[in-house]
Amino acid sequence: MNKDFINDPAFLRGMTTRRIGRRDAFRLAGLSAAGLALAACGVQGKGSPRPTTSAQVQSEVEKYWSGKVKNGHVNFANWPLYMDPKQPELKEFTKRTGITVTYKEVIQDNPSWFAKIQPLLAAGQSINYDLMVITNGIHFTQLVRLGYLVPLDHSKLPNFAANAAERYKNESFDPGNVYSIPWASGMTGIAYNPKYVDTPPTKIADLWNPKYKGKVGMMADAQEIANFGLLLLGIKPETSTPDDWEKAAEKLREQRDSGIVRKYYDQSYIDPLAKGDIWLTMAWSGDVFQKNISDGTDLRFVIPEEGATIWTDNMVIPKTAENPVDAIMLMDFFYEVEIAASLAEYINYVTPVPAAQEVVRKHAAEATGEDKRLLEQVAESPLVFPSEEDYAKLHDYRNFTSTEEQQKFERIFQAITTS
Amino acid sequence: MRGRGLRAALTPYALVFPGALWLGIFFVIPTVVMLSLSLHSGNVTDGYVFTWNWQSYVDGITTYTDQIVRSLVYGFLATVIELIIGFPVAYWIAFKGGRHKSVYLFLILLPFLVSFVLRTISWQFLLSDNGILLGPLKSIGLIPKDMHILATGAAVVCGLVYNFFPFMVLPIYAALERIDPRVLEAAQDLYASKFQTFLRVVFPLSLPGVFAGVLMTFVPATSDYVNATVLGGTGNTMIGNVIQNQFLINQDYPVASALSFTLMAILLIGIFIYARALGTEDVLEVAAR
Repeated sequence: MNKDFINDPAFLRGMTTRRIGRRDAFRLAGLSAAGLALAACGVQGKGSPRPTTSAQVQSEVEKYWSGKVKNGHVNFANWPLYMDPKQPELKEFTKRTGITVTYKEVIQDNPSWFAKIQPLLAAGQSINYDLMVITNGIHFTQLVRLGYLVPLDHSKLPNFAANAAERYKNESFDPGNVYSIPWASGMTGIAYNPKYVDTPPTKIADLWNPKYKGKVGMMADAQEIANFGLLLLGIKPETSTPDDWEKAAEKLREQRDSGIVRKYYDQSYIDPLAKGDIWLTMAWSGDVFQKNISDGTDLRFVIPEEGATIWTDNMVIPKTAENPVDAIMLMDFFYEVEIAASLAEYINYVTPVPAAQEVVRKHAAEATGEDKRLLEQVAESPLVFPSEEDYAKLHDYRNFTSTEEQQKFERIFQAITTS
Repeated sequence: MRGRGLRAALTPYALVFPGALWLGIFFVIPTVVMLSLSLHSGNVTDGYVFTWNWQSYVDGITTYTDQIVRSLVYGFLATVIELIIGFPVAYWIAFKGGRHKSVYLFLILLPFLVSFVLRTISWQFLLSDNGILLGPLKSIGLIPKDMHILATGAAVVCGLVYNFFPFMVLPIYAALERIDPRVLEAAQDLYASKFQTFLRVVFPLSLPGVFAGVLMTFVPATSDYVNATVLGGTGNTMIGNVIQNQFLINQDYPVASALSFTLMAILLIGIFIYARALGTEDVLEVAAR
C-alpha cells in the first residue's frame, strides 16, 4: 500500500477534523432527518422478539437468504474518514470479485442516521444502502428490536470465523454475531495535556479532583458519562441496575455542581484540550493519536485504573437491502488479515483481527523514514492492538432490555448534561 | 367584458397562490403534524399513537422550566445589548455614512457570508482561555490566570449578540434612512436643539424599525441552540438544545413537539403583548405627534 498519504496535507487536515465528521456536535444535518421522522409519525413501530434459540436463528437465516443471489454491486454507508479516501481495499475487492462498490461517508452520528432510516425501514422501503456501520448502543439495540437487520449467514463469513478475535465473536450486544460483525473498536478513557497536568491522571477519580476545577471535560453522551460515573463507584456498567444509575448520577452531579466540569462535550474536546482550555477530559482513543500525528501536539491517553469502556462500530445489513449477498461478501473481505492491516494502518482504531499486527510490523520493517516511525507506532499501539491486560480493564455498554428501561437511563443522565 | 371581469377577480388569487401553497406545504402542514405528534404517546420501538396525551406538555414544562426561563433571559439580554450597540451604528450609517453607506452596510453583512456554525466556532478561538483576547491580558496580569469567558452564560449571550446583530441594525437603518432631511431642518427651524430633534423627531420615526429589529433578534435568539452548544458550559443549556436532544437523541417526539409548541406559544404571547404595548399603530401615532 502506498504510504504517501501521510505527508499529504489533505490527509493531515482530514485527520484533524475527523471527529467533527464522526460525531457532529450540532447534529445540524440531523434536523432535516427529524423532519423525515415526523412526516412518518403515523407509522407504527414493528417490534419483534429477538430469536432466542440457535434453531430459531438458523431458520430465520435460511428464510432470508434462500434464493438471494450476487448482483455485482454493493452500496456501503460508512462514517467519514473511516477508510483511506483512495479506497485501496475496495479496489482490491472489485478486482477480485467483479463487484463494484459505491462507498458513501454519510453517517455523521448514530441518532441522526437512525432518524433518517427509521421511517423508510418501517415502511419496508429501501434505504439505498446494502451495508452500514452502526455503533453498539441504544440505536443498534433499537434496530435489532425493530427487526430492521438481516440475520447473517455465517457460512458466507469464513474469514470472520478464521481471523476475528474470540472476544468479537461473543459481544454482549449481539451474542453469536447474529446481526453484526465489527468494523473497528475504540475506547473511552482519559486524555490529558502534560503541559498543564503535572501528575499524570491514572484513574477516573482524578476527574473529580478539585485541583482541576473548571478544567475537566466530560462527554455529553448519556451512555459515556454514565459509564464513568458507574466505574468510579466500582460498578460494572454492563450489569448495572437503576439503583446504580442513581448513585452514579449523584456522583456526576456532585462533580458538576462543585464547578469541576467545564463543559459536556459532544466530540469537540480535542481542540480545547490542545489549547489548554481543558487540562484533562474523557476521550476516545483514536482522537489523541490522530491529533498528535496531524498537529504535532503531545497529548496523552490513559486507560483508567477503574476501567474504561470499549465501543464497537459494526457492519450490518438493513432488512430492505437490494444486494445482501454482495454486502456479506464485502463484510467477510474485511476480515482478510492483509486487508484488516491496511485498514488499521489508516484509521488507527482497534482492529478485530489480531493477526493484522504482524502484517503492520512487516510493513513497518519495509518502510523508511517518517512512514516507518508512524507504522511502528501503529503496530505497537495499545490503542490499535490492545493487550489482554488492556482488554481486561475494558467494559461494554449497558444493553437495555426494554424501551422503558432505556428511557429511564437517558432521563437520569441527560438531566446532568443538559443543565 | 364578463370574461375580463372574471379574470380581474381571479388575478389577486392567482398571484397569492404560489405563496399560499408554499406556506401550506412548508408551514401549515408541518405545524399541524407537530401539534398532533405532541399529543401522541408511545416510543419509537412500539410506535406512537394519538391519545390526547397532554402529559407531554406537563412533563416538558416542569422538567425544563429552568431552560425555558434561561432562554428567555438570554434572548432578552442579547436583544437589549444589540439595541444599545446597534442603534448608534444604524444612526451613524444613515446620517453620517455619506457616499460609503453601502460599504458600511456590506461590512455589517459580511460575517453573514460565513456559515452560522463556523462563525460561532471562530468565537471559540477568540475567547479561548489562552487565546488572542485573554492570553495577552493574562500575561500582563490584568486579569487572573484562571479566568475564563468560554463556557459561561456571558459567552453564550455574546455569541447571540454577534450572530443576530445585522437583524437589529438593518431594520433600524431602513427606518432612519427613510426620514426626510427636511423634517430635521424643520425641527431646527423651530428651535429644537440637536438632542430634542433626536428625542422628538428621529427616535419616534425610528420606532417601527426598532420594533422589527427587536422581533427579528429576540425570537431567533431565544430559540437558538448553536451558541449554547459551542460557547456554553455547564448550566447554560437553552430550550433549543433540549428540543434538539429530545428529537435526535431520545426520539421522544411527543415531548420534543410539546416543548416546541410551548416555546412558540410563549413567544407569540410575548410578541402580542409587545405589539400592544408598542404596536405599529401606536408607533405611527407617536410619529405623527
